[in-house]
Amino acid sequence: MSKIIVMTSGKGGVGKTTSSAAFATGLALRGFKTVVIDFDVGLRNLDLVMGCERRVVFDFINVINGEAKLNQALIKDKRIENLYILPTSQTRDKDALTREGVEKVLNELSKEFDYILCDSPAGIERGALMSLYFADHAIIVTNPEVSSVRDSDRILGVLNSRSRRAEQGLEPVTQQLLLTRYDPERVEKGEMLKVDDVLEILAIPLLGVIPESQAVLRASNVGMPVILDEASNAGLAYSDAVGRFLGEDIDHRFVTPQKKGLFSRLLRRSA
Amino acid sequence: MSIFNFFRAAPRASAVQAKERLQIVMAHERAGRSGPDYLPMLQQELLAVIAKYVNIDENKVEVKLDRGGDCSTLEVNIELPAREQAKAASAAKPAADKPGNDHAAAKRSVGGSVGNAGAKKRI
Ligand SMILES: Nc1ncnc2c1ncn2[C@@H]1O[C@H](COP(=O)(O)OP(=O)(O)O)[C@@H](O)[C@H]1O
Ligand SMILES: [Mg+2]
Repeated sequence: MSKIIVMTSGKGGVGKTTSSAAFATGLALRGFKTVVIDFDVGLRNLDLVMGCERRVVFDFINVINGEAKLNQALIKDKRIENLYILPTSQTRDKDALTREGVEKVLNELSKEFDYILCDSPAGIERGALMSLYFADHAIIVTNPEVSSVRDSDRILGVLNSRSRRAEQGLEPVTQQLLLTRYDPERVEKGEMLKVDDVLEILAIPLLGVIPESQAVLRASNVGMPVILDEASNAGLAYSDAVGRFLGEDIDHRFVTPQKKGLFSRLLRRSA
Repeated sequence: MSIFNFFRAAPRASAVQAKERLQIVMAHERAGRSGPDYLPMLQQELLAVIAKYVNIDENKVEVKLDRGGDCSTLEVNIELPAREQAKAASAAKPAADKPGNDHAAAKRSVGGSVGNAGAKKRI
């Protein structure tokens, strides 16, 4: 049986697509057959972040509408075994996502894949609701910032009341926090909410803290999930988070300011 | 830097304010979310009835439903105005439960509807 994960947040621009690409890649790297689906109908972007934009012929909506077969729309990643991308349409809108249509595609995918990762659009309307409806696990992507935290809380409420599991009275969707764009130096200056503050407010377990990192932009520039950049803190933090998701016990890194070497301190002073 | 700046207390960290503001607003939002659909309506109607008799501020009314294991409670919290205002308000209104002669009652009800205009608007 495959597991369905939704990467969700309520708020836009917090790192859902970045995290979806990294997470799907991380799961595949560990040997799980994984597909990542773009639910942001009309604003296709996962293809760019995954670096497969020029290989998109058919999409998720074509499959829902019966205009293409699932294996015509699935794109196999060129770098990583076991990794597939199901891009979305750029021309249709979210009304194309019917519950029956989404269910049909997920059922078909679950015959073949270990993990199905749904990259949610922002908001709490149709696209976001469809992306979380069938989920077994939710990863709540949150920035240490007031509006993002509040919107995450809203989404938690939606997961608890409007997901399939909630509606059918099944085991609830598991919920874990992925705190992204964390800047330990600003936290130390009292300018940014601490990990513990956000945990206290949202009251869900912590999956990982991804530091604010220039590597994220560099990776998206070249269409490479940042988890493949093993020299970057963000990449390593995503790797750890995937390990924790799979049940490994891994300490959190990059949550306190990194000690500066004498050399960089001297450089900064002279700059 | 002047010596005054040097001694001035450090401003409260903005992250602390962020946390406090979030805790307050979210406690409120969660309470509203978990309640049944009819609570807002119930609140409106209770408010309308009470406003017929007392001048109240609709922001100072709170209706809460707590579901317990074997007993649920409906809690209605209404902050009433200070004594003076309350008197003024009730003087302007008819004493609806006091029987009077027909003529006087008719007069009062006219005054009453004027006095109640504010309450009616809220319904
Ligand atoms: N850890 C990070 N450090 C720096 N920038 C980041 C980080 N995570 C995301 N970003 C940037 O934030 C922006 C929004 O990210 P994206 O994943 O598209 O968000 P969403 O899918 O939630 O709208 C992008 O420009 C991305 O490069
Ligand atoms: Mg996105």
